[in-house]
Amino acid sequence: MYAFEIERPSTIADAAKALKGDDAQALSGGQTLIPTLKARLAAPETLVSLTDIPEMVGICDGDDGSLCIGGATTHAAVAAGAGRYAGLAALAANIGDPAVRNRGTIGGSLANNDPSACYPSAALASGATIITNTREIAADDYFQGMFETALNEGEIVTEVRFPVPEASHYEKFVQPASRFALVGVFVAKFADGVRVAVTGASEGGVHRWTAAEESLSANFSADALTDLTVPADGLIGDLHGTPEYRAHLVKVMTGRAVNAAF
Amino acid sequence: MAQVSMTVNGKAVSGEVEGRMLLVNFLREDLKLTGTHVGCDTSQCGACVVHVNGEAVKACTMFAAEADGADVATIEGQANADGSLNVIQQAFQDHHGLQCGFCTPGMVMSAAALLNDNPNPTEHEIRAYLEGNICRCTGYHNIVKAIMAAAGQDVTSIAAE
Amino acid sequence: MPKDSGIGASPKRREDLRFLTGQGRYTDDINVHGQAYVHFVRSEMAHAVIKSVDTTAAEAMPGIVRVFTGADFEAVGSIPCGWQITDRHGEPMQEPRHAVLAQDKVRHVGDPYAAVVADTYAQALDAAEAIEADFDELPAVVDMKEAAKEGSTKVHDDLTSNLCYDWGFVEENRDAVDAALKASEHVTTLELVNNRLIANPMEPRVAVGEYTGHDEQYTLHTTSQNPHLIRLLMGAFVLGIPEHKLRVVAPDVGGGFGTKIFHYAEEAFCTFAAKACGRPVKWTSSRSEAFMSDAHGRDHVTTIELGMDKDNNFTALRTNTFANMGAYLSTFSSSVPTWLHGTLMAGNYKTPLIYVNVKAMFTNTVPVDAYRGAGRPEATFQLERVIDKAASERDVDPIALRRQNFITEFPYATPVAVEYDTGDYPATMDKLEELGDLAGFDARRAESAKRGKLRGLGVNCYIEACGIAPSNLVGQLGARAGLYDAATVRVNATGSISVMVGAHSHGQGHETAFPQVVADMIGIDESQIDIVHGDTSKIPFGMGTYGSRSLAVCGSAMVRATEKIINKAKKIAAHLLEASADDIELKDGQFSVTGTDKSVAWGDVTLAAYVPHNYPLEDIEPGLEETAFYDPANFTYPAGAYACEVEVDPDTGKVTIERFTAADDFGNIINPMIVSGQVHGGLAQGIGQALLENCAYDADGQLLSGSYMDYAMPRADDVPFYDVDHSCQTPCTHNPLGVKGCGEAGAIGSPPSVVNAVCDALRSAGHDVTHIDMPLTPSKVWSAMNNG
Repeated sequence: MYAFEIERPSTIADAAKALKGDDAQALSGGQTLIPTLKARLAAPETLVSLTDIPEMVGICDGDDGSLCIGGATTHAAVAAGAGRYAGLAALAANIGDPAVRNRGTIGGSLANNDPSACYPSAALASGATIITNTREIAADDYFQGMFETALNEGEIVTEVRFPVPEASHYEKFVQPASRFALVGVFVAKFADGVRVAVTGASEGGVHRWTAAEESLSANFSADALTDLTVPADGLIGDLHGTPEYRAHLVKVMTGRAVNAAF
Repeated sequence: MAQVSMTVNGKAVSGEVEGRMLLVNFLREDLKLTGTHVGCDTSQCGACVVHVNGEAVKACTMFAAEADGADVATIEGQANADGSLNVIQQAFQDHHGLQCGFCTPGMVMSAAALLNDNPNPTEHEIRAYLEGNICRCTGYHNIVKAIMAAAGQDVTSIAAE
Repeated sequence: MPKDSGIGASPKRREDLRFLTGQGRYTDDINVHGQAYVHFVRSEMAHAVIKSVDTTAAEAMPGIVRVFTGADFEAVGSIPCGWQITDRHGEPMQEPRHAVLAQDKVRHVGDPYAAVVADTYAQALDAAEAIEADFDELPAVVDMKEAAKEGSTKVHDDLTSNLCYDWGFVEENRDAVDAALKASEHVTTLELVNNRLIANPMEPRVAVGEYTGHDEQYTLHTTSQNPHLIRLLMGAFVLGIPEHKLRVVAPDVGGGFGTKIFHYAEEAFCTFAAKACGRPVKWTSSRSEAFMSDAHGRDHVTTIELGMDKDNNFTALRTNTFANMGAYLSTFSSSVPTWLHGTLMAGNYKTPLIYVNVKAMFTNTVPVDAYRGAGRPEATFQLERVIDKAASERDVDPIALRRQNFITEFPYATPVAVEYDTGDYPATMDKLEELGDLAGFDARRAESAKRGKLRGLGVNCYIEACGIAPSNLVGQLGARAGLYDAATVRVNATGSISVMVGAHSHGQGHETAFPQVVADMIGIDESQIDIVHGDTSKIPFGMGTYGSRSLAVCGSAMVRATEKIINKAKKIAAHLLEASADDIELKDGQFSVTGTDKSVAWGDVTLAAYVPHNYPLEDIEPGLEETAFYDPANFTYPAGAYACEVEVDPDTGKVTIERFTAADDFGNIINPMIVSGQVHGGLAQGIGQALLENCAYDADGQLLSGSYMDYAMPRADDVPFYDVDHSCQTPCTHNPLGVKGCGEAGAIGSPPSVVNAVCDALRSAGHDVTHIDMPLTPSKVWSAMNNG
């Protein structure tokens, strides 16, 4: 690692101010950032820790029935505390391993937008709102490709607001080495339709599978997927699976998510 | 450089650390607590698992500065007050749950965190919980068995020593 | 009734007390006053000419002690290969120079070409970035068959080609095997890959070099399986340090699996640099660095042909293998595809004619050397896979086909130059069928089918040659070292014992198991005996631990030394009891005169040896310390039969291991608990090879699986509880303990049964799949079901 200083602000305002400094970078749970720093792939002068900001930690119910999760809330805390949104709690309970879940945060995951991360699929399938220190961003506008988001430099994900669906489930097929999603599919059934988001599969990062959404909105059953095919174009091909295999898994995982949704 | 203070295995400690000093390096180099090991640089092997404020974390993926004010527990503090092995450590010895010993501190700390959350885990729950702890020697058989035994389960029907 | 002490008992491991409390002392836990830290600057290209390495800016950076380049090692020896192979034309193998730091070219990603020594590790890293190196990148040769082509890019310009050797074994059988295959009723042919693996002991390698000028003494602390071998190779061949001036210490070592046998450039560097820099120099490998600097394993591409007569008796076997050496010859690399592979091709079967051809190739990849099993897994995999394919082609039961061709009479001289002393292959197969409830498989398959899963059963046998081996034989075969081992038994005045052994324990539990033997022989409590290992200044010149040899070779030396102790102690006892030594019996720690009630205790005799007031000084020396060197008469031949049951998810291709049964014959067993543990660990590594692990390069020589993000290590949820048994025991006939070795069996015996099981599962669903190359990832299995 290159040398840097760590700042530990206790308010969002102070964090935002600190992030305006030269080569300042936000440090949330660090479960991705610290390995990146070890490999000297990033050279911040200051890391601004977001994990000591009480207003960014915790889970509460929004007035509109949504579930609001502070950006610095750990995966373990979401797994334990988001029971009202069972699909989301179950997803959080299976990110990484237990020690990673005790440090990693939802805000960190969404800000990083790893193409194989779990949380982006939940945010996108839920039609969540990503709340930052300056604005609110709809999930449909937020994810902009592999490791790309709508966040500006220094902008902090302070909260994520999830509409709670009638039924949901996240089905993950793990890449056997990293245990990230080789393909993960989040299915969320709302009164006004079904949303399906896919992670792990695409060169473009997390994305919606609109054809499946249409079929499932008409008939929320795995059978509704029978006639659909997922094109392999643009999907990731690597040591762990060809684009064709990933395309196949998208359909299988979607079906399983539908079957398991409650 | 920043001043950090924390409690490690019940003892107050402090030191001057660079921002980039990882908790594991603070433990190993500054405190000479070399029982916590480093087996990878991608946060996967779990040889460095310690408890911070009662929760299992990877000490190689947390900065020492972030542990300022925290209560840290490492393998060196796990034995009973009289120096005898605690229940988990004893089960690992009884059931040959270690060979080279390098992953062992992380395994014991993860097992302790698991049993704290879930005092009577199933075989499946144990195997799933150990996703972040890699052992290359034991094939996991005797580790899983030891944790079941530490939970008070009868493991006599599980094959072999 | 299980014993509670001595041979056959399973006392709790004494080493566990320090490992479970964080008190282990691994090499990275050792810090020497004044030490500096080295960072190796490694090639990011697979193949390039080094035009220049400018260290000026780096040397001016803060904290820099010295920056080294290849030029600093021009007068230093080449990292040696320990085994000379003679090719099928009688010519010696091609042996390139392997400099400590690359000089003319870099030849693989990770090849070090500079090293920065600094006050802190971070300073060394910072300065490394200031080194300006200029390269002419060359095309990389990665694929072995490409490397073998005329006109291929050469890894070493001074060699005639990329061919290290073209080995034929037994060359005189070549024509006869061709003829026998032509004459066979049926020939089954299989092409397969034995996938490249990375050993991945959880402790990365570490080296700490020290030098004191007043006595010209070097000390190297290193993560080694064999400190004396490192002293020999590094001292004699690389740095030219006489043995008495070089101490090598391997303290607690966090797993080896072969990759810590070899002498590495980093060890030589730290030792050399300690003198050059005037202060101790420490290197701790990161895991990422380990992936591109630890010797890799396996990496064979093979075509095997098995001939059968009309009754399915095996008639002849021919194999043609390309074996990857990587860019340089690591310590035992050349012996792995040859003597550790070709000699095992008979397996458990009485195939009368066998010919093995191996072409060893240089490529722009990390050197490849022994990994748990080393050559024997490669032999076992191809043989047991081709037998399964043959059974399928001939529509016979794969177990029956094996049984029909089993060797049943011992000793048995194979057509590949080894003589199996004992074995009982039907017995291990019987045990396997019983323990694995193979009769119940159909019911389990039906139950799986109800859940939509395809269940498959795979069975295989294996044999291995362990306890390497007679030095005069291996010398004829090209070994450049002896392969005996040594032990010194030092009895103290009060009767306690320190046993200094050449074997090294890095997980095997020698500190617990070795005392069981000595305690049994003398009849005293195990707690009276301690084992000392891992330090050339303390132990006799033994050859270390690898190839499942510790107990069979070093344990035998320990037995011989203990016999000498007992013989001498009987003479002392005879003097004390005023009897003839011939009439003295030793039982339960008491020396008694046969047929009388006169006796003297062990402790009285040992005290007399060191306080020789009443002692036959005219006949025997005082003291009680003996050393024995043991050179085995033959290899040992552990064997067994394994069964794997898998479920395949037809929707995803994911394979899960539902059941794994191992029935082994290890001869006599000293500590059943430790033996089972060794098998468990080997099974996980074999299952890992079969389903998960793959070291992959792209066509440009970039390492694709360079971290645990892409190299899939077996986790706890990838494996089941195993059923292991070692009650079938045909003791080795030529070592005093009758032991055969158990360390590698699991890794050797398990991959074929996993692949056999998956193929069985897929065929049961109508897929015409005869083979899938390892690892059987979900993607590959799904492709086999849908494209094949």
